[in-house]
Formats: sequence, structure tokens, C-alpha cells
Amino acid sequence: MPKKELETANRPDNTAFTQQRLPAWQPILSAGIVIPGFVLIGLAFIGIGVALFLTSRNITVLEMDYTGVETTSDCYKCSAGTLPNCVCNLYFTLNETFPGTVYFYYGLSNYFQSYRKFGASRDDNQLSGDTYYFTSPLAVCTPYQYDVNNNPIVPCGISANSMFNDTFNLYQLVNGSKTVPLDGRGIAWWSDYNIKFRNPTSDPLRNAFNGTVKPPFWSKPVFELDLTDKSNNGFLNQDFLVWMRRAALPNFRKLYRRITGPDYASGLPPGNYTIEIAYNYPVMSFNGRKKVVLSNVSWMGGKNDFLGVAYLVVGSLCIVMSMVMLIVYAKFKFPDDV
Amino acid sequence: MFIGALFTTAKETRSREHEKDLRILVSNLPYEGLPKTKQPNRYFPGNAVKTTKYSLWFFIPMNLYEQFHRFANLYFVGLAVLNFVPAVEAFQPEVAIVPICVMLALTALKDGWEDCRRFRSDRRINHTSCRVYSRKVSGFVERHWKDVRVGDLVEVASNEIIPADLLLLHTSDLNGVCHIETASLDGETNLKRRLVVPGLNTQDSSFEPQNFHCTVAVEKPNDNLNQFKGYIETSDMKRLGFGIDSLLPRGCTVRNTDLATGFVVYTGHETKSMMNKNGPQYKRSKLECKMNIDVLFCVILLFSMCLIGALGHYVWLESLPSVPLFLTPGSHGHMDSNPLSGLYMFFTMIILLQIFIPISLYVSIEMVKMGQIFFITNDVDLYEEKTDSRVQCRALNIPEDLGNIHYVFSDKTGTLTENKMVFRRCSVTGTEYSHNENGKSGKLPSRTGWTLEDDQEPEAVQQSQEGQQPHSGGGHHRNKETGNAQGKAAFSSPLETEVVPDRKLLQRVLAGGGDWDGCGGIRRCEATDLYLDFFLALTVCNTVVVSTATTARAQRQRVPSLFQSPGEVLQTALQKMFVFSRLCHTLSSWQPMTEDLDTDHNSGCHHSAAGDQTSHRHQSTSEIDISAQRCYVAESPDEAALVHAAKVYGFMLIARTPNSVKVRLPHGVELNYQVLDTLNFDPHRKRMSVVLRHPISGEIVMYTKGADYTVMDKLIWACLNTAQKNVAASTQRHLNWYAKEGLHTLCFAKKVLSESAYKNWSLLRQEALAAIDNREELLMETAVNLEKQLTLLGATGIEDRLQECVPDTVMALREAGVRLWVLTGDKAETAINIAHASRLLDQEDLVIHMNTDDKAVCKSILDRSLEEGRRHTRPGYPGLSIGLVIDGHTLDMALQSDLVDRFLELARLCRSVLCCRVTPLQKSTVVKVVRERLKVMTLAVGDGANDVNMIQAADVGIGISGQEGMQAVMASDFSISCFKHMKKLLLVHGHWCNSRLSNMAIYFFYKNVTYVNLLFWYQFFCGFSGTSMIDIWLLIFFNLFFTSTPPIMFGVMDRDVSAETLLGLPELYRTGHESEGYSHFTFWIAMLDAFYQSLVCFFIPYLTYQGTDIDIYTFGSSMNTVSLFNILLHLAIEIKSWTLVHWVTMLGSVALYFTVTLVYSATCISCNPPSDPYWTTQQQMSEPIFYLVCVITTVVALLPRFTYRVLSNTLAPTPLIRARHLERLDPAIREQWIKEWRGFRGGPQGGRSYQKQTQEQEPSRITPTLSITNNHLGTPTRSAVRHHHNVEL
Repeated sequence: MPKKELETANRPDNTAFTQQRLPAWQPILSAGIVIPGFVLIGLAFIGIGVALFLTSRNITVLEMDYTGVETTSDCYKCSAGTLPNCVCNLYFTLNETFPGTVYFYYGLSNYFQSYRKFGASRDDNQLSGDTYYFTSPLAVCTPYQYDVNNNPIVPCGISANSMFNDTFNLYQLVNGSKTVPLDGRGIAWWSDYNIKFRNPTSDPLRNAFNGTVKPPFWSKPVFELDLTDKSNNGFLNQDFLVWMRRAALPNFRKLYRRITGPDYASGLPPGNYTIEIAYNYPVMSFNGRKKVVLSNVSWMGGKNDFLGVAYLVVGSLCIVMSMVMLIVYAKFKFPDDV
Repeated sequence: MFIGALFTTAKETRSREHEKDLRILVSNLPYEGLPKTKQPNRYFPGNAVKTTKYSLWFFIPMNLYEQFHRFANLYFVGLAVLNFVPAVEAFQPEVAIVPICVMLALTALKDGWEDCRRFRSDRRINHTSCRVYSRKVSGFVERHWKDVRVGDLVEVASNEIIPADLLLLHTSDLNGVCHIETASLDGETNLKRRLVVPGLNTQDSSFEPQNFHCTVAVEKPNDNLNQFKGYIETSDMKRLGFGIDSLLPRGCTVRNTDLATGFVVYTGHETKSMMNKNGPQYKRSKLECKMNIDVLFCVILLFSMCLIGALGHYVWLESLPSVPLFLTPGSHGHMDSNPLSGLYMFFTMIILLQIFIPISLYVSIEMVKMGQIFFITNDVDLYEEKTDSRVQCRALNIPEDLGNIHYVFSDKTGTLTENKMVFRRCSVTGTEYSHNENGKSGKLPSRTGWTLEDDQEPEAVQQSQEGQQPHSGGGHHRNKETGNAQGKAAFSSPLETEVVPDRKLLQRVLAGGGDWDGCGGIRRCEATDLYLDFFLALTVCNTVVVSTATTARAQRQRVPSLFQSPGEVLQTALQKMFVFSRLCHTLSSWQPMTEDLDTDHNSGCHHSAAGDQTSHRHQSTSEIDISAQRCYVAESPDEAALVHAAKVYGFMLIARTPNSVKVRLPHGVELNYQVLDTLNFDPHRKRMSVVLRHPISGEIVMYTKGADYTVMDKLIWACLNTAQKNVAASTQRHLNWYAKEGLHTLCFAKKVLSESAYKNWSLLRQEALAAIDNREELLMETAVNLEKQLTLLGATGIEDRLQECVPDTVMALREAGVRLWVLTGDKAETAINIAHASRLLDQEDLVIHMNTDDKAVCKSILDRSLEEGRRHTRPGYPGLSIGLVIDGHTLDMALQSDLVDRFLELARLCRSVLCCRVTPLQKSTVVKVVRERLKVMTLAVGDGANDVNMIQAADVGIGISGQEGMQAVMASDFSISCFKHMKKLLLVHGHWCNSRLSNMAIYFFYKNVTYVNLLFWYQFFCGFSGTSMIDIWLLIFFNLFFTSTPPIMFGVMDRDVSAETLLGLPELYRTGHESEGYSHFTFWIAMLDAFYQSLVCFFIPYLTYQGTDIDIYTFGSSMNTVSLFNILLHLAIEIKSWTLVHWVTMLGSVALYFTVTLVYSATCISCNPPSDPYWTTQQQMSEPIFYLVCVITTVVALLPRFTYRVLSNTLAPTPLIRARHLERLDPAIREQWIKEWRGFRGGPQGGRSYQKQTQEQEPSRITPTLSITNNHLGTPTRSAVRHHHNVEL
């Protein structure tokens, strides 16, 4: 049955929305309008660029390769990887004070933590202290899931297995050698240390790891990573945490220590230094390089001239554009450009 | 029919061949109660219908099966499956299937909802009750529709819907007539007459279904609504043939007939109505076709990128001296060989970069089109108050094609003209009566005159007769879905019925009438006074049915709720009817009397109004004079016009039954003629005749009416005396003149038959009627036999007026660069006349006429015209614009393969082309040829059944829901209620939809490529290992939520130029033809830009964070944020007008992004290994450098596009940009600009010079005045305007 309807039941609503008459801002991009914008952006960018550039200039960075590819290098002897427990020294001299809190990084080149299977090959359940996964790690950890005797590996997977295991000691060569204390606390992310990673609740810690084996590449089990500090063991070991946060790019550095010792809180004084390196980590298999980086930081992080230069260039470009626009505007003016 | 034949083997032995195509049916009644296996008709399907696509249990598999027919879905599912192969997986497999699942689920949800609606409607229909005869109770019992079977006897009452295709056996009407309304079938809301099977004696006695023992033979089910044949074999072996006249099709409504009983012949899906139900049309828009090519390009790009990835991985592996610690050996403990790893990596890359092919593009485009169609249908400017109808979009996926039309093919009658007929002139016995006053009543200016194409074109007539006419009872409202064709419009126009008599003619008629008192007088006058014959012919020689109040009663329930009580309803309905208050003649019955005129293709009728509307307007009691309520129901508007015209001269049609027609003569005498036979109109004869027996004299007279040439040829030239020859000659002269005036001409003639001649003929006629094979041919032959040696009575001229704003619309389309072709069945003269009036042709245009029967001549005309045409359209030459008028015959020749190229070449030079006397088939051929050969977008617009072919052949079909039924509307993609709506539909909505959708599609490609490329660049820094540095959930969300709404909203709502400007400057429409829309060029530009932007978005963060201890997901999240800003601000550059909606979606997207990422990275501790988003965003947002990276990256990425836009807008602004500048002017000044330009352009010179200018592709094309301003460097606008204004003054 046909519905009863009003004579104009079909009449569309005469509203601004249905009639597409909503009030609208209709900018037309034209030379005249954009001149102030270009000038403003240009000036702002130049300002930021100068600030960034100056900041970056004030950051001191000292990078030293210790892979030992050159025969002159002290670490050359270790680079072949044939000597067990090879120790080499890296000497350097500071002519002026290295100001501020100095951060001690190790750097790796051509190292692909970003390799897809590298990231996948870990068991977050283990790492959050779930002991169930101690006995049966996830299959993604293969081939570092079980050892040849079918014992579960904890922590499993490549990520953990490939942990960087060079260690460094810094000495200032003044009247013999004076140890520069390196502070390894708080170098990992707060969230990783406090939330994401958890040790199993057992005392002593090693009991939780009964029946498991250490990753094949490791020399020490995870609960004995730091013999000096009991709390810096297990999955909450700072170096482990730092390693487990995957680097985005193949050339990366990772924080090793901060130099906060009483004599060095405001920087490293000028003088001769040596870094004693326990050279364990093989990098020649992938044409990699290892280096030590000493750097202080600012509000913009580490030293990076790129951003400052980029801002300066783009800022100047904007200023140039505004000039061009001014000419264009003068020549091709539109009636409504007032 | 094999199965049918089984039951009849016992009885039937003869003429089997024939019956192969027949179904033999018998009544179910003798078998009632028997098990199913004993039922004779058990093999026929039941009456239940099922239109659902899916069943409940198999919905999911069937829907998935359906969806996987779409290639894109298959592709993405394939990728998802691929992801489960460990060797090549890129993401966690479970997560990777989320997007495709969401897509499939959304589509399934939509399909399921639609199917559910279909199911519910099916159930409702199947459970409707009807009355089926049952032997047990010896009466009709209520049954559900679904339980009706072939062979049942079903009774339907007035206003009930017919449950199955019924063969009419009995009606409550004495004449065996049943009226039905076929609105649900073909949209026609007029009443059609159906007859009890002729010869079946069921009417005289009370019909007993139990006694119906005949065998019914019918043809196999088919979808032809106008064809049905078969015969009944009675128990005494007599065969009674029947046709469509005896079929009550399912879904139609019985009207005006109290009861009708029928034999079920077809049920369920075999019924005519179900066989005519076809699914929604699916057309693919041109833009989508282009887009699909670009998708292919994307696939190629994707594959090359994957190849790079695979090769890169191989090379990288090769470069490693030995296996480093960070490489994973496979589970088997050793590494795969490097080439194999490379191969695996290829597939991994495909998975990783899969959204390079925009998965969401198709879904988004569908959503955008829905939004666009919402706005089109909601446009109040496209709403027609009179008929309460808005524009309907029947095809949901081609709105953007409206913005890209090159050629418009238009019907004339009902499309350009109103198809409302006004009697204008007549010529009786060689004397012309000009009806001057009548002419004046056509008050509307600039209207010369219009004709109805009825007689000229076979199918045009068929269509106009099938055509629907509105009911005269104003209360009769159509269903929404069938389109409100006309409503009360027919009655609001007084012109249709108000005929002012010509004084001279009236005097002549009345003078003659003085002798007519008494029968003898009439007799004498008939012999002498051709005037009487002329008007009698006008009155009776038609199929007009006199409808009385019954119609109103039947329609009462459909009166709008505006009218409260039934009494009021009736009253209003009556008031709206035209009332003869003077007439006191009382009809014995309320039934409308009808005449046996319906034939196969002749089933429509025209309700039109008669009498004086005002006389009863204020009567409070409606019951009085109810017998005098009378309206004329005619098949075509011109028939009604003629009857009304005759009425003014005192000849009034009072009643019509199948066998008689009652006429009231000027002085009150009523004569009841016996109708001996009616020779219906058919397209070949192009005339109709009525054979009458005079009630008093008993003389047999035939009145014939038809197109001039078909009647004039049949005159008895041989025995004409000089005077008669003069009469014929002057009548022909008048006819020619009428045609020139644009009037629709009809010629009237009579013939007196001797009793014996009629008898002889009548026998032949009966034979023809009884024939089953080639019945039509035989009938026509008999008709032609009778219609010769006629005596000319006179001729009439009827006007069909141009629709409102047609010239304006035509002008606008012309300026918009659209070529307009008019395809009409009319004569060339009429067509040219209309072309001039509607400004298709200008007076000084060069018009090429092509009308020849000889192919060689045709060829030479084409060659000469081409030469001429080229000369006139040569650049720089101030040529004339050319119009081409071509005749149907000539067109046939011109479209032959050896001439078609020349013809099209010529047509391309012409601004407008008129094709006259073309058949519907030719109409569609022309459209197809132009569309395929010239590779242009075509649009066909028409209102009648003869336009259906053309509408379907064109890229876009527009139906006008006018007076000629709904077939055109049903076949169309868009339906509008009048031609003038074309202007806004094309110029505004077409332009908007086109530019919106092309911009959106381009943007979608850009967006996906920009984003995916980030992943690709990262492969260079992860050993081409397929690592994604962005968390997979954020990756999915980015496309699904963060950046999907703004472009969709952009596609639905962006407005580059306002509607006013688009209407004011139709030239802007041309931009859709050119590169402004979607083109491969813009696609590649967008691709290049996307590559550039992705490089910037990747490498600025890379260079910033290079060498630091940044971790992978922090790095990725910074890029994600940068991309978000980049992608959204890119859109911001593209958005032309910012409304509140734009702001909300843009800012909302940013807000959503930050909310979701912050929440996600605060809660996902290790929810989604190996990705590790925990606390990354928080960490990052605490570092100032992150913001600095965001700012500079966005600026650098967008700077080129921004600068390009700014410079191109300023240095070489497109017409659209100029128009936008124009909009910013002060309204008064802007009006002036547009008006001046329009005036300038409206002139012949201006129009032409503009035309030229565009052909030369000048850069500044929008308005010459605007380019003048541009040359005045720095001149303030206002002075420029003034300057220009002065020039104009």
C-alpha cells in the first residue's frame, strides 16, 4: 500500500549542509598571500638553524676505532679472534678539558640489529621473568632455543646471544695510571629497566635458571653478568638492556657508561688516557668496525651539524622564495590581492 | 513443452510441432487433495519468490566467494596467505590479515544487510494472502501467495494486487472487462484494460470455477511484457485464442473492477514481473577505468621495488665475508643459499609493501560516491515542486562521469518540450481556422510551437501510447519508487484543455447545426456537411475513455494524508476533476466505459482533464452531480487535446464502451454509435480508424486519423473533382505550414462503407483475429485493405511547448563545450524549428541539410560539407558555426562503414546535429558510433520508451520522468524531472563530483606510495630483510584510521568553485574534459611527488639520527609522525574550501593519531613481538629534536608542491583559479562581470569568437575580460571593470 505522504514529502532539506553552502574559508594560494608566510618561516628557520648549529658546535665528540685492522693498532693482535681473552689498549690525549658529563659509548658499524630475524628472535615472555618460558622458549628463538642437549637456552634467541661483550676500562695516565670510574647505572631506558624486563622472583636469582643453559656465545650465564653488583644481573643487567634495544641503523653506538666520578664530574681534564679493552666481539665476519665514542650531550642530544645546516639552508631558501614571490606578485597581480 | 505434453498425450495428437513452444495446463481443481505426485502441474515452480542472494547458513562462504571475484580482494588474501609461509613472512601472520579481514567484513556486512532487507521483503510478499478456489469448500479460501500454483483459480478484488500471472476468465463487469494498474511493472500509473478470454462464455451465467475443464495452452514464460499468446481448448475441442489483453500480470493492481477471476498460468519467477526484474545496473566510470590502469602501473612499480629488494638482499648476503652473529641460520642450523634467500625476500617484500596498491581506495571511492550521490539527491534546486520529485541516482557509481560529458544526445518530445498538447489550428475542407485567441493563450514568451512526434516514428508512437499519463484525479499519487512523474501538473496547466473556439469556425458549425435538430437533419448534414464529420472524427476517432467518479473512488486510498476524512478526500478529488455541471446526463454505472482499443503495444492511456475546474471548486457537498464527473483518459496527450477541442465546438464524448460510443452534438442531441471495429494505431500504418454504425441511419462510416502523408496518400485521387483537389492541395499546404510552425499535424478522413463490403471485410478480420501465427501481420493487412479511398475531412495542428528554461540550458551546455545532438522521430521542419527556439541553432548558423535516398549523393554531400565545414572552422578564420540536419534514411547510409568516418568528421565540426525521423534503434546506433569511434563521453537524455535503447547505449543515461511513462527512467542512471535540471546536474554536480573524485583518487595513490616508500627506503638499512621500523598495528591504523577520513571528506565535500559561478560560467565545465581531472599525467606527477616526499620523510630523520643510539621503533615512530603531518598537510594544500567539517576531520585525525599512539605505546609492553613500541612515543616526545625534525621535514617535503601551486596559480592560472578569484570580488561587481560576459557571449559574435578561442587552446580562456585585466599590470580591478563596462556602453 502506498504510504500516505505530504505533498512535498520528497523535498530535500534546505540546509547549508545538504545544499553544500556551509561557510567556508577558501584560500587561494597565490604569490601575494604566501610572501609573509615565506618570510616568517625563513626567519624562524634561520633562527633555529643558528641555535642548532651553535649548540652542535659546542658538543665535543671523540671517536676512536679499535677494530684493529691497521697493523699499527694495538688491537691488531686481537682482531683475528684467535687469542682468547685478548686485551688491548687504546691511547688518546686530550689537549683541553672534555667538558660536562662525558658519555662513554661503544659503536659498531655495518652491524644489522635491524635485520628482521634478529629482532624477531627473542622471547619477551622469558625476558619479563615468566619462568614457564624458561623451560620452553618460543620457537622464534630457533636456532638458539635449545642447545644440542635439548636444554632450553635462557635468554634465548639471536638478539641475546649476540650480545656485545667487549669491556672497557678507562685510565688517566697521570703519575702512572689512575682509574677513571665509569658509572653503569641508568644507562638503559627507565621503562625497560622498570617495566618491560623482569627477573624471575627467586632468591638467589640463579635458582630460577636451573635446568637452563646460557646462550652459546656467552661466557657467563645471565645471572652472573655483573659480579660486582648483585642487582645488575639477570635480565636487568644494564648492558643487556642496552643491547636488547635494537638499533635502527647499521652504524650505531650504544651507551656504555657515564663518567660521573668525583674527579671527572665536570669533564675529563687534559692529559693522556688509555682505554683497556677486553677484545672479545668478532666483527671481521661482516666487515664491521668497533669504536669507542666519548661525547658530552646538550638539549639536542649528541653532536649533529646536519639539522642546524638544514634549517639554515631551508630558511634561506624561504627568504629567497619570498623575494621571487614578491617579483611574481608585482608582475602578475590578481584583482583581489589587495 | 515436454512436460506439459505428457499430460495431454491421451487427449492430444495433433500439431505437436507448434506445441513444443507451448505449455499445456489444466485446472488443479479435479486433483485437489491428491498427493503431489498426482498433480498435473507439479513440475512448474511455486509462486514463492526468492530474490536473496544468500541463504542463512551459507552466507559467509557464499559472500566470500562473491567477494573473491574481485581481483583486488584476491590479491590481498593471497598476500595474507603468503605471510603464513615462514620462509617469506614479513609481519606476524595473524596481524597481517587484519586489514583484509576488516575490508571483507565491512563488505560482507553491507551485503548481508542488503540481503536481509531483500529477505524480509520476500517474506512479506510470499505471505501476502490471496483467495484461491477450493473444491472442498466450493468457494475461495485464503491462501498465501507462496502457495498459489499453476492451474489454480484465483479471485482478486478491486485494489488488490495480483499474486501470479492470471489468465482472465471472469470479471464482475458485464462486458468482461477488468482494469489494472501496472505501476509496479512498468511504472505507468494509468489504467489498462484487460478482457476475459474472447469467446469464453463465462460472463453471461454465474461463473463456476469447478466447471472450468478447458485445457489452457500458453507460450513458454518470457520477459516480454507486451506479448503473451495461447489458446484455450474447450471441452468441445474449440480453440479460443487470447493475447496480452487477457493476462493479469503479477504485481499489478486491480482497479475499478469489483471482482476478477483468473487461471494461474505462470507463477513465481516465471511471471512477467519477475522475469523483468533485473539487478542493479553496474557501470564502470571512465575515471575508474583510467584508475585501474594506474593500479597496474602501481603493480609494476611494486614488483620492481620488490625485485630491487630481492637483489639487494642477495648482494648484501654475498658481501658478507662469513656468517656474522646477527644473522640467523635457518632452523636446520645452516643458512639458506643466497639466491634462495633473495627469492624468499622477493615475496617478503611484496607482503611488506603490499599497501603500495591502495587496498582502501576502492572502498573509499564507494563511500565517496555514496556521499556525492547523497548531495546530488539532496539538491533542492533539482527538486521539482510540482511533482514532488527529486533527482534520483539509479546507478551509484558514475556520478563523476557527469562532469566529463562531451556529447549530449537528447530526445525532443517530452525532453525539450513539455509534451502537453494544446489545440492550435485546424483546417477543414481547405479552409484554415487560425484560432488566434487560442494562440494568445500561450502566454509564455519566445515559444513558437512544438509538435508531438507521435505519428512520425514507429516506436515513438508505441512509446507514447505505452506511456504513462497521470491520473486526472488529483488525489492519485504515485509510489515513491516509481517516480512521481507528474502529479497534479497536468491539471495546473489550463492551456491543455482551455481551447478558445475560433469565432468563424464556431459560427460555421453552429450555422450548420441549425439544421441538425432531429434525426433527418443529422442524416442530411452528414452527407453534406463535412464540418460535422470533421468534429465527429475528432471526438470518436481515438481511444479516449471517459472516466467517472469511480476512478476517484478507487484511488481514494492513495490520496495524501493532507486530507483527513474520506469525505474530504473524495471531495477534493472531485474538485480537482473537471466537472461538467451543465450536463445532466446520468450514467447507469459508475464504471468507466472503455473502448476495445488496447493492443499489444497499445496499453497506456492518458488521463487528462476536461471541463471547468472552477465551477465546483467550492462545493461543500461532493455527492451532487457525481454522475456528471467526467474526465478523459487518453493514450496520448494529443488525443485528449483533440477531444477537448471538439468539446468546445459542442461535440462531446460522453461515454465509450467496447461496442459503442456516445456523443453529444452541439444542440444537445445524443447519439449512441455502434462501434463495429477499431483499427488500432500501428507504427507502420501510422494511422488509426474507427468503424461506426450510425444509430439512426444504420450507415457504416469509417473515420481515419493519422500522419498527413499516410492519410493523404489514401485519398481517392482518381475520382476527385477539381474542387476537391483544391481542397486537398490547400490542406496539404496548411499541413506543411503547420509543420513549419512547429505544430504537430494530424489529418482526418472518412469513408462510407456499404453493408456488403463491410461484411466481406469483417470476415477477413475475424480470421485474422483468430490467427495465432503472424496475427499482427494479418491484422495490419486487413486494416490497410480497409483504409483506402478516403475522403479528406481536414487537418489539425497541435502545439507542444518548450519546457521551462530549455534555451538557457542548451546555451549553457553549448558554452560548456558539450555538443548537443537532438534525435527525434519528428520531421526535419519541426526539429529545426525547435532547434532554433531552443538555441541549438542560431539564425546565422550554417545549416547543412542531408536528406537523400541515394548513397552516392549522400557521399558527395558529405564530402562537400566536410570541405565547407573545414573552411569555416579553420583556426583564425571567423567562420560560422555549423549545424547538421540529417534524415533517418540518410543517417542509415552515413553510418555505413565506408561513410561513417566522413560523417563523424563532419559531425565533429558541427556544433549541433539534428537527426530527424530516426527510430529508437538508430538513436542507440548513433550514440554507440559516436561513443566508440570518437572515444568521447556520451550522455543520452530522454523520457520515453523510444529512448531506452539510447539511454542504455550512452555512458550516462538520464531519464526524464515526464509524461511518457517510466521506462526511460527505469533504464537510466539518473532521473530528473525536467530538462533544465541538466544544467545544474552537469555543470555543478558533474564538475564537483569529477574534480572531487579525481583529486581524491590521485591523493590516495600519493598517500599510499609516500607511506610505503618509507618502508622501502628502510630496506637499505636493514640488509633488505623486510624489516618494518614502524609497529605493524600503527602501520595498519595509519591507513585505516589516521589518514582515511580527511581524504574521504575531501572527496565528498571539497568545493573548488561555487555553484553560482559554475552556473554563471559554463565554460568551467570544459576543465573536466582536459587535464584538470584525473589523467595519467597527474597520476605520474603525484607519483613523483610521492617518491620525493617519501625520500624527504625518510632521509631527514635518517640524517638527524644517523650514528646515534636511536632504536628502531623510536626511529620509525618519528617517521610515522612526520608522515602524518606531511600527508595531512599535503591534503591541506589541495583542499579548496575549508568548512567546519574539514577542520574537524583534519584536527581530529591528528588528535586521534597522538591519542592512539600514546595510549598504544604506553600499554603495549610486549603485546606485539617482535615490535617494541613500549614507551617510544613518550620518550621521543620528551626530546626537542623530534619536533624540530617534524617541522623541517614537513616543510621540505611540501615546499615544491606548495611553490608549484602558488606559482602556477599566479603565473598561469587555470580557468578554475580565475573563477575562484572572480568569486572573491564584491558580489555586485561579480554579478556585473558575469552578466557582461554572458551578454557578450550571448551575442552571435561573442559566442563565436569564444568558440574559436577555445579551439586554439589559448592559455587564458576563461573570460576575455579577465585576461584583459591580467595584461593591465597592477591595475586595480574596479577600474578594469569600469573600463570594460565603458566599452560595452
